[in-house]
Amino acid sequence: MGYVKALRCRECSREYPVEPIYVCEFCFGPLEVVYDYDGIGKVLNRETIEGREKNLWRYRELLPIDGEPQVGLSSGFTPLLKADNLAKVLGVRELFIKDDTVMHPTLSFKDRVVSVALTKAMEFGFDTVACASTGNLAHSVSALGARSGLKRFVFIPATLEQSKITASIVYSPNLIAVDGNYDDVNRLCSEIANKYKWAFVNINIRPYYAEGSKTLGLEILEQLGWKAPDNVVIPCASGSLLTKIWKSFKEAKMIGLLDGLETKVFAAQATGCSPIVTAIKQGVEVIRPVKPDTLAKSLAIGNPADGYYAGAIVRETGGAGEDVSDLELIEAIKLLAATEGVFAETAGGVTLAAAKKLIASGKIDRDSRTVVCITGNGLKTQEALAGHTASVHRIKPNLASFEDVLNAIGR
Amino acid sequence: MSVKVRIPTPLQRITGGQEEVKTDPGKVIDIVQDLERQFPGIAERISEGGKIRRFVNVYVNEEDIRFLQAENTMVKDGDEVSIVPAIAGGGQ
Repeated sequence: MGYVKALRCRECSREYPVEPIYVCEFCFGPLEVVYDYDGIGKVLNRETIEGREKNLWRYRELLPIDGEPQVGLSSGFTPLLKADNLAKVLGVRELFIKDDTVMHPTLSFKDRVVSVALTKAMEFGFDTVACASTGNLAHSVSALGARSGLKRFVFIPATLEQSKITASIVYSPNLIAVDGNYDDVNRLCSEIANKYKWAFVNINIRPYYAEGSKTLGLEILEQLGWKAPDNVVIPCASGSLLTKIWKSFKEAKMIGLLDGLETKVFAAQATGCSPIVTAIKQGVEVIRPVKPDTLAKSLAIGNPADGYYAGAIVRETGGAGEDVSDLELIEAIKLLAATEGVFAETAGGVTLAAAKKLIASGKIDRDSRTVVCITGNGLKTQEALAGHTASVHRIKPNLASFEDVLNAIGR
Repeated sequence: MSVKVRIPTPLQRITGGQEEVKTDPGKVIDIVQDLERQFPGIAERISEGGKIRRFVNVYVNEEDIRFLQAENTMVKDGDEVSIVPAIAGGGQ
């Protein structure tokens, strides 16, 4: 039994039945899932959750499904690393890395949202799932859809790098390379979604799909012993992840999983695509779209659908926004790897670099507890580091040659 | 009546099935008012309090008005205006 009451427009509050729809017919606002929190509060408590399997479905009452979870039974519950080495470098009391670089099966937080989206798609009776993506989402739909026996159509821009194509095509989806950029692909997909009865995870299944991001927030709370952090730093593309993490914190408080909630929420973007952070810094509500130009491709959404809401949450919680250059994000990837042994993709570099600047500027209190959300694995974006890593020591196969190196590095 | 306005499918019920309608030149927000005179009910679907709704995108000659002067963008004779619901999609 599920606890979903309806879908509701975030803009005008009109309600809709639980169907594969995503936009308000009246004002075109996004639809969001509404739950019966009284009912959930009666059955879901800390003990119940802690007694369950360590996957993202341990919070299933707060997810929009009616029956049993069907996809992603090994996804979620990624490590929350206490990052003492990094905390020392950044000069802050307590720092944690929420490490979605090791998410099963495709090494990014997208396995959370896709697990929920595919389970819901199967409940709706779809046999074909689809998405428009340039990377992580394509990998996740291709992989999780394969295991679930679903037909898959994955739409990508034709100019995508070979390594990213390989990481999707290996799962044998129908991979459609569109002659155009990501915005063109997205526009085509909304036309296809109107014509074919498929489950487009980030179009007609979006209200359900997006809820999967809440599991990242709930895991942070549980892994901190059911305490909310003082600060949380979150990367923003569409802004959806930030809004859902905050939603999960508020829901946890509402149903009694948390006693107090005074977390400040911080938004991180790359300077080359920072419409949300720009609005936050200027103190305005309106998000002006931009034309993205950044290494952090997984964050390159110039016209972010949830940007307004993300900005509002940052303001409401007393947080801030920060943007970082390509060079800063590369340095942050290297810093995280060298201090904590975690190899993040470019989006993770953006988030950590932003956290570093927020600490340096005093917007994040040095005497507090901060969680930095690292949402994808660096093995996927290795080309970003080309020319920026230390060089390899090349030697002859003899001891003298090796000892020359030792001398050179001062050992 | 020399400005062409393209109407998205969900609003064509209000325009009697017309995909394209005509208005006089003026600021974008004046054009919305002119459309309301011709097709009562259309203004509240695409605007609220003199502002274009957050999830409605308006393009003048293919350029998003948020890159221009937003609601105050001037639309001239021969220009084309497109009203497009923002896809609440995204997420790569």
